[in-house]
Amino acid sequence: MSAVLPDLSEALADAVAAAAHGLVRVEGRERLPATGIVWDAEGLIVTAHHVLEQDENIKVGFEDGETVTAEVVGRDPATDLALLRTSKRSSSVPEWADSETLRVGHMVLALGRPGTSVRATLGIVSALGKAWRTPAGGPVDRYLQTDTVMYPGFSGGPLVDAQGRFVGLNTSALLRSVSIAVPLPTLNRVVKELSEHGSVRRAYLGVGAQPARLPEAIAKELDQETGLLLVSVEQGSAAEVGGLFLGDTLVSLGGVPVRHLDDLFSSLDGGVIGQPIAARILRSGQLEELTVTPAAHP
Amino acid sequence: MTTLLTQLNSDLGELADKVRRSLVQVAAGRRGSGSGVILTPDGLVATNAHVISGTRGRRPGRRLRITLPTGVVVEATSLTQDDELDVAILKLEGELPELQPIEFGDSKALRPGQWVMAMGYPWGVSGAVAGGIVIGAGPDLPEAPGAGRDWIAVDLALRPGHSGGPLVDDQGRLIGISTMMAGLEVGMAVPAHVIEELAKETIAAGHA
Repeated sequence: MSAVLPDLSEALADAVAAAAHGLVRVEGRERLPATGIVWDAEGLIVTAHHVLEQDENIKVGFEDGETVTAEVVGRDPATDLALLRTSKRSSSVPEWADSETLRVGHMVLALGRPGTSVRATLGIVSALGKAWRTPAGGPVDRYLQTDTVMYPGFSGGPLVDAQGRFVGLNTSALLRSVSIAVPLPTLNRVVKELSEHGSVRRAYLGVGAQPARLPEAIAKELDQETGLLLVSVEQGSAAEVGGLFLGDTLVSLGGVPVRHLDDLFSSLDGGVIGQPIAARILRSGQLEELTVTPAAHP
Repeated sequence: MTTLLTQLNSDLGELADKVRRSLVQVAAGRRGSGSGVILTPDGLVATNAHVISGTRGRRPGRRLRITLPTGVVVEATSLTQDDELDVAILKLEGELPELQPIEFGDSKALRPGQWVMAMGYPWGVSGAVAGGIVIGAGPDLPEAPGAGRDWIAVDLALRPGHSGGPLVDDQGRLIGISTMMAGLEVGMAVPAHVIEELAKETIAAGHA
């Protein structure tokens, strides 16, 4: 027998041992505890939103056996992420890698610490895809699906590549019956929002809309086949204040074409709250430009 | 790259061949069958207590039928049956061919992530293997039955008929016996040190 299998076995166990320092136990519900990841040296812990069934009396257990209480900095149910703050300074901030380095077929490990020791399951990358939106409407920068088994308490733990680097946060709550990891760019964005505002803010116009085909001449001029027909405009909303009417067709927002509802959602991220932006509309067959100032999502 | 995977497959095949020489099928009447593993050259075999349960007491003295790796069928009696640990030690009887006992590994030094293989008779399929890794080992598995007892949780799919079969490491050494499923894709095994202890007690008691 060659050394390939023993070497593989040793390498997998080494990768688990190396990653273990960055993993904590998160006690935030009645039943089995879940897992969290040491985010920085200042005591921030990132975990899954759904494993925190309470906002008070949350405990975090570290590799060295110490257990401390944690406060919830913020939650984002739409991406199933939550940020905790503990008083413990940790020197074991894990090394992250961009999931761009992953290929379908690569071996990956899912890790968790629902008890005192770290646990692992092995799988391969099943599918990689473009940015997607969760059923709850949360934007995720990359689709990352594996065939790793989500052992009880693994939610909030990392997906780890063959080099032992963290490439995503595993959660069983975003999609049913598949193992999904939230990639690093999404974690960076959500953690930043949660630490600055306590929640992920989304901008709000106050319109109801549906995609509608544009007249041929306009479609040709804009190189865009559809826009969004406004079927309702809330009283006192940013849309009404900006001069939008029921029956207008929105064709672009901030200079970005709006073809489908997804385009509208993605143009309304937290950054545009209170910022005047150009809204181009089709009204009575003519293109017009108005200015709207989106409010915070109620 | 291709060479590496070819070598890996060759290692896996060799390992399966090696372990298969110590694998037996345990049939307990009409109650179906499970697997077992040969511990000593003189015919001690370990399996799960639940594989043979019902064959003692109600029908005392009833024999178990054991299919050896060569296909030869022999009879066995149960020397020790510990229902709580779910381990039984059997003794093969009659004229026995040369037996290949399994080598013991260190089940107290398991690391999460290390590679493991389970072999048995899942759904009665002879000598079928499943590969995976150690999820965790020891008493710190709150979802395992029997508070404070040692278990090995493995990331592989155990099925009916795997019970009592060997769980081995990357060298083919025994680290546990496959005992039950914890969900469709997670297996639970009784560690080899528990089996070794029970086997030693059985020998010391003068049974073997």
